[in-house]
Amino acid sequence: MSSLVTTFNDIAVVAHRNVIKITRVPEVLVFVLLSPIMFVLLFAYVFGNSIDIQGTSYREFLIAGIFAQTVMFGATFTGAGIAEDMQKGIIDRFRSLPMSRSAVLAGRTLSDVVYNILSIIIMSITGLLVGWRIRGSVIDAIAGFALLLLFAYAISWVMAYVALLVPSVEVINNASFMVIFPLTFVANTFVPAESLPGPLRAFAEWNPVSAVTQAARELFGNIPTGTPEPTAWPLQNPVIYTVGWSIAIVAVFAPLAINRYAKKAKG
Amino acid sequence: MTTRTAIEAYGLTKRYGDVTALDGLDLVVPEGTVLGLLGPNGAGKTTAVSILTTLLEPDAGEAKVAGADLRTSPELVRERIGLSGQYAAVDEVLTARENLHMIGRLYHLGRARSKQRAVELLERFDLTEAADRPVKGFSGGMRRRIDLAGALVAEPPVLFLDEPTTGLDPRSRIELWGVIRELVSGGSTLLLTTQYLEEADQLADDIVVIDRGKAIANGTADQLKAELGGERVELSVVDAADLPAAREVLARYASGGVEGGEGSRALLVPVEHGIDSLSRVIDGMREAQISLSDIGLRRPTLDDVFLTLTGHGTQSESNDQEVNA
Repeated sequence: MSSLVTTFNDIAVVAHRNVIKITRVPEVLVFVLLSPIMFVLLFAYVFGNSIDIQGTSYREFLIAGIFAQTVMFGATFTGAGIAEDMQKGIIDRFRSLPMSRSAVLAGRTLSDVVYNILSIIIMSITGLLVGWRIRGSVIDAIAGFALLLLFAYAISWVMAYVALLVPSVEVINNASFMVIFPLTFVANTFVPAESLPGPLRAFAEWNPVSAVTQAARELFGNIPTGTPEPTAWPLQNPVIYTVGWSIAIVAVFAPLAINRYAKKAKG
Repeated sequence: MTTRTAIEAYGLTKRYGDVTALDGLDLVVPEGTVLGLLGPNGAGKTTAVSILTTLLEPDAGEAKVAGADLRTSPELVRERIGLSGQYAAVDEVLTARENLHMIGRLYHLGRARSKQRAVELLERFDLTEAADRPVKGFSGGMRRRIDLAGALVAEPPVLFLDEPTTGLDPRSRIELWGVIRELVSGGSTLLLTTQYLEEADQLADDIVVIDRGKAIANGTADQLKAELGGERVELSVVDAADLPAAREVLARYASGGVEGGEGSRALLVPVEHGIDSLSRVIDGMREAQISLSDIGLRRPTLDDVFLTLTGHGTQSESNDQEVNA
């Protein structure tokens, strides 16, 4: 087998193993199912009445933000999975096998796409129940979901790298929240970026999390006519901006993480 | 008979800060033989195995495993080895069958062959009934068996078993010995580490005794025993008052110091001429009118060997401050 074929084989085998684990660890399934439902309900009913969005209902505005937030938080799952693998005996098995050095990480980020698809499905259903609707075309909506998954995939690689820097599974959760919280909340996920004060607004406008949220809103048709055009370039071109960031993140963090893994493997 | 070497390593060295885990270790294992790497905790056994299985890079030294150079073609080494470690290196959430199947796929055996190997190995290791249960619920002995099965998936020519029976109860240990013996009779080369002297004696063709990262002795179990003072005469006197006289008699035929006596009526002394020495001791005791309750010739156990070689026994904690003393 050529080395490219064996690499894909190895990645698929590791990803398959991770997917089996998702279905077999009840805690994980509960987390996949319940946390998106909880977030949708929490924001829709707790903040829904106190935040006013011009020309639309807050719930309509909210769902894309929740999607973005949930896939961001889902990346901690990638980190935790890798940190756990590194601690368990199975990693010595992997290292002693003639498998591709990138397969453990690439397999994990790939299987987490499955995880994200599951949680997006759950969130969509919950969203539909509380009044969210897709008002654009089906193709646009699919593009919106694909964009969310692409961005989530990129963030998975960041967390894969972070997981290899920290000493244990316990640390990874705290470490990832340090990265994920500001990125998720200083953004247009829950409130319009324009409503934020000066420096925060600038950060929010250039934050890729805002762009992916904005892109999803546009593609789901959740931006009512008459909403003022955003002034910042990233929010005017959210699809390109999101794709650009996603590619850049993978291009930087995948090699970093794989290198780090190979080094760690050498003790 | 031409013998080729399956593992050859020269001058393997690994340091962690001030601690020297391996200090220029040489190993040669001919094809189809079993080498027992014997030493106490912290002697450097696992470090040696980790280096030879490409998990760890040595600071110095070179090695060839199954004909492939460790430094220049580690991928080739990984294709030709199987490793089973101190703790089970399998996924606990997956079933036994899924684990073996996954390992087969990662050795690039292909889907059908991986499935077939999993079935064969589950059968061979008596795990067929438990095949579709997650490994999490397995007993210690079952875990070791599934782990060992994992090392055999690709039928690698060279096997590394790092303390395969540590932590097992005596019955599981003896069962696993049976499995390992069977495996070796199939012609695999095996490097086995152990802190159990009996285990090396039972399984290994050759033994390298390792302490503080260095080989301090090697040979077959019998050679090692013979080299180290050979046999001993052990006796017990009926009357403790005879002990000083008995010591005097023993000293005449001994090739080393007389041990024992304090608090017991037993004496132990190394001798050079085996049975001959024994009968002379008996004659001597008779002449001195010392009555004995027991006398015999004892070959040293590997525990004795270890004590003699290292001067600190197998139980001594490996105190790193003493490394360069």
